[in-house]
Amino acid sequence: MSQFVSFVLPGIPYGCAYALMAAGLVLTYQASGVFNLAFGAQAFVSAVLFTIAVRAGWPGWIAFLVSVVLAAPLIGVLLEQVLFRFTRTAPPLVKLVPALGLLIAIPSLVQLVIGTSARVPSSLLLSPSEVYFHLAGSPVSGEELSTTVVAVVVIILLALLLQSSGLGLRMRAVVESPRMAELAGIRSERVSAFAWGISSLFAGLAGVLLAPIYPQVNAANFTALLVAAVAAAAIGGFASMPLTLLGGVVLGIVQEVIAGYLPSGSVLSSGLRPAFPFVVLAMVLVSRRSLRGAQPSLGDPLAGCDPPPPSLRPPARMAEVAIGSRVFAGVLAALLLVTAAVLVPGNWEFTLTQGLVLSVIFLSITVLTGLGGQISLCQATFAGAGAFAVGQLAAHFGTPVLLGLLVGGGLAAGIGALVALPTLRLGGLSVGLLTLSFALVADNVLFLYSWSGGGGSGLSVPRPTVAGISFASSSAFFWLVVVLLALVSLAVRLLGAGTTGQELAAIRGSEIGAASIGVNVNRLRVVAFTLSAAVAGVGGGLYASLQQSVSPTDFNYQFSLVYVVVVASIGIYTVAGAIEAGLAYTVLLQLIGNLPSRYSSLLGLVFGLVALSYVRHPEGVVEYARIWALDRAEQLARLLKRHEQAAGS
Amino acid sequence: MALLEASDLSKSFGGILALAEVTLRVESAEAVGLVGPNGAGKTTLFDCIAGWTRADTGRIVFDGRAIDRLAPYRRSRLGIGRTFQRLELFTGMTPLEHLLVAERVRAGTGRLWKDLLGLGRPTAAERDLAAETLALVGLEDVADAPVSTLSLGRARLVELARALVGSPMLLMLDEPSSGLDDQERRALVATMRRVRAERGTAVLLVEHDLDLVSAVVDRLVVLETGRVIADGGVAGVLAAAGVRRAYLGPAR
Ligand SMILES: Nc1ncnc2c1ncn2[C@@H]1O[C@H](COP(=O)(O)OP(=O)(O)OP(=O)(O)O)[C@@H](O)[C@H]1O
Ligand SMILES: [Mg+2]
Repeated sequence: MSQFVSFVLPGIPYGCAYALMAAGLVLTYQASGVFNLAFGAQAFVSAVLFTIAVRAGWPGWIAFLVSVVLAAPLIGVLLEQVLFRFTRTAPPLVKLVPALGLLIAIPSLVQLVIGTSARVPSSLLLSPSEVYFHLAGSPVSGEELSTTVVAVVVIILLALLLQSSGLGLRMRAVVESPRMAELAGIRSERVSAFAWGISSLFAGLAGVLLAPIYPQVNAANFTALLVAAVAAAAIGGFASMPLTLLGGVVLGIVQEVIAGYLPSGSVLSSGLRPAFPFVVLAMVLVSRRSLRGAQPSLGDPLAGCDPPPPSLRPPARMAEVAIGSRVFAGVLAALLLVTAAVLVPGNWEFTLTQGLVLSVIFLSITVLTGLGGQISLCQATFAGAGAFAVGQLAAHFGTPVLLGLLVGGGLAAGIGALVALPTLRLGGLSVGLLTLSFALVADNVLFLYSWSGGGGSGLSVPRPTVAGISFASSSAFFWLVVVLLALVSLAVRLLGAGTTGQELAAIRGSEIGAASIGVNVNRLRVVAFTLSAAVAGVGGGLYASLQQSVSPTDFNYQFSLVYVVVVASIGIYTVAGAIEAGLAYTVLLQLIGNLPSRYSSLLGLVFGLVALSYVRHPEGVVEYARIWALDRAEQLARLLKRHEQAAGS
Repeated sequence: MALLEASDLSKSFGGILALAEVTLRVESAEAVGLVGPNGAGKTTLFDCIAGWTRADTGRIVFDGRAIDRLAPYRRSRLGIGRTFQRLELFTGMTPLEHLLVAERVRAGTGRLWKDLLGLGRPTAAERDLAAETLALVGLEDVADAPVSTLSLGRARLVELARALVGSPMLLMLDEPSSGLDDQERRALVATMRRVRAERGTAVLLVEHDLDLVSAVVDRLVVLETGRVIADGGVAGVLAAAGVRRAYLGPAR
């Protein structure tokens, strides 16, 4: 019994923080329809501010006021006003990408401003390590006490607020249909801004409360906190506040109890504790009926008043301009390749090769999201599966790398199909969260075994040899990658133009409409996942062969988030977009690598911020620029034609 | 044997009884009008027949086959085409592309390997057929315009054309004339008559415009709060007292 209590007690502060953050998630989701993953980053910001203030000798309560009561809601309202106000009627991807961008950009910004030095976190209220009393023989420290007390008080205040003011009801009305709510006299803008303020306060509070528990204030810890909170919110069906709070607390406790009873030292025990919330999230998503794909027809009854979403396809062009732009692109690509082969110094050749390999992985996102209209936050995991397959096959059976790539692609495809099955009945947001939880389970458990990720030291992977020709040299490997990328690009293009692509485009437009003409929507969703995972697997295998070694950290879940953000911000609907994204990412990475280390987070900041433009330009910034340039070219061509005609007559 | 036999369909949403033991038969090549006040259950009946809603009780037999448990796409492949009261167009695609993909799905000739070999693009024959259908509904001038730029009335015609491409045995139209102007309505009537004359398609038409319905259908079914209150020839049904009350309110 006393052992059980000693496991339960440390879980309570975690549970309280999960509950707080989850309450914030549900609140914003209810009021604005945005599932704000950036709360993880916002919690981090408050924790950092609090710690800095306390270090600087400010009294604890002033530091608390500034970092939590002032800064946190300010950030939330700011985000709502400049960004999420415009996404209310947008599809899930448009709501998700900016939040992901923030989740990446905010910690990068913090790191840029105040450097990377680890800060010892400070505790609120009571002195953290002092033991105040014993419960069933277990010590209760000041840090546990203050976390629990503060969380409970705040949650009671929230409940009173929602109850007494009818705010909860108004929020529901606003998310159901902002227009109808406004017709009924509710000021939906205000309700939404208010909800963002309150829930950001919660996120900040959760951050400050949990900070002392972690050995140092670092962004990754707060992302883990975020995912646990997502699981709690799912337990509440993204709607019920009491269930969400209960879910958060229970999650925190069960997590610690499990960790306490599992035998120590195995992959399961070290991995399952961090992975537990994600397992719960996956189970809840799959089993909770209310989370199943909300019937698209039950949307906002007044949605017809909204302007139709902008068309994401490039407009049809005059023949001259279309041909001209193709010739231009072809010449540019050829020039780039020749320069790369002839002029570029060794380390840049590696960077370019890396960029092209990454482009292959990014094309998997083009297939799944650009063509298929689905969101996946586990593309790096699929890539990892391919990479480990290549490595293991080469190590154990001496399988040639190219054959390994095929097997790896096939393995990833199989995993992709398995992941797709439970997503079939889910809506866009839930699919994203389910794939995220799969990625986290893979990181924390599946990839840690020596038969998969190669154990602690990873795997060494050879460069390919084809029919006696070795591609070990970096320039030979470069050309091999060019050829493979060209093949994959061609396949993706043909797929998009063919029956499968057209059916997927129909589904993107309207699932109901597609089914009404006989399209088997479920089958196509699985097909899109499978093909996408196969492409990612091949890309991952190539990546491993390029690096000549691979370990699980190469395919950490955070890469999946970064991948989506990078591709979406450059251009998620075209093959060219994926290649540009791959090159832009690695070239920037290399450039930033040459700077002093404190600038290492610039990359996340740049792409995170570019992702914010996704709200306005879902076609991607480069694609937007291309359309703009072609528009100008077309105007010019028209002008010239008119001149000619005038001269002729 | 009737083409469609829906018998004793009941459906309730929470406390609302949307359909109460509705029985509806449609013969091959017959045109039936389904009318009734707002909230009578017309769309719900459509959804039950086409598979988007499963009725609580009752049976649906189509072309001699029980289809109650089939998914919507399977029913579509069996020959039930429909349009939607709230548009379900493929945003971002042109009318021509709508018809091309619908034709490809109907023919069932699309294969993944064909796509990857570059054989998946629309063929000349498919383009001709699509152009023909576009001409039938009078959309040839906007064949390549994104559907988001079309007026509501023309967008409804795209849905009609998309359903027609599948050569359905039964065509179910949910308020096809809402959003159309007078001229477009006349064109719609002409189109429906042509479709019936040329293809022998059975039509189930939900419509509030009684003149339009009378011009197209052979038989009229009146629904009120989930119940069939009249079923028979157009003139007779329209003259019946109960129908007038359902539409115009009780006589004062
Ligand atoms: N998904 C649903 N959930 C709850 N109630 C529903 C649902 N669909 C329909 N209803 C209710 O069932 C009843 C019948 O609706 P239905 O849409 O079938 O009417 P209708 O005859 O098509 O009306 P209208 O002429 O306005 O289109 C209405 O009271 C409606 O509110
Ligand atoms: Mg209706």
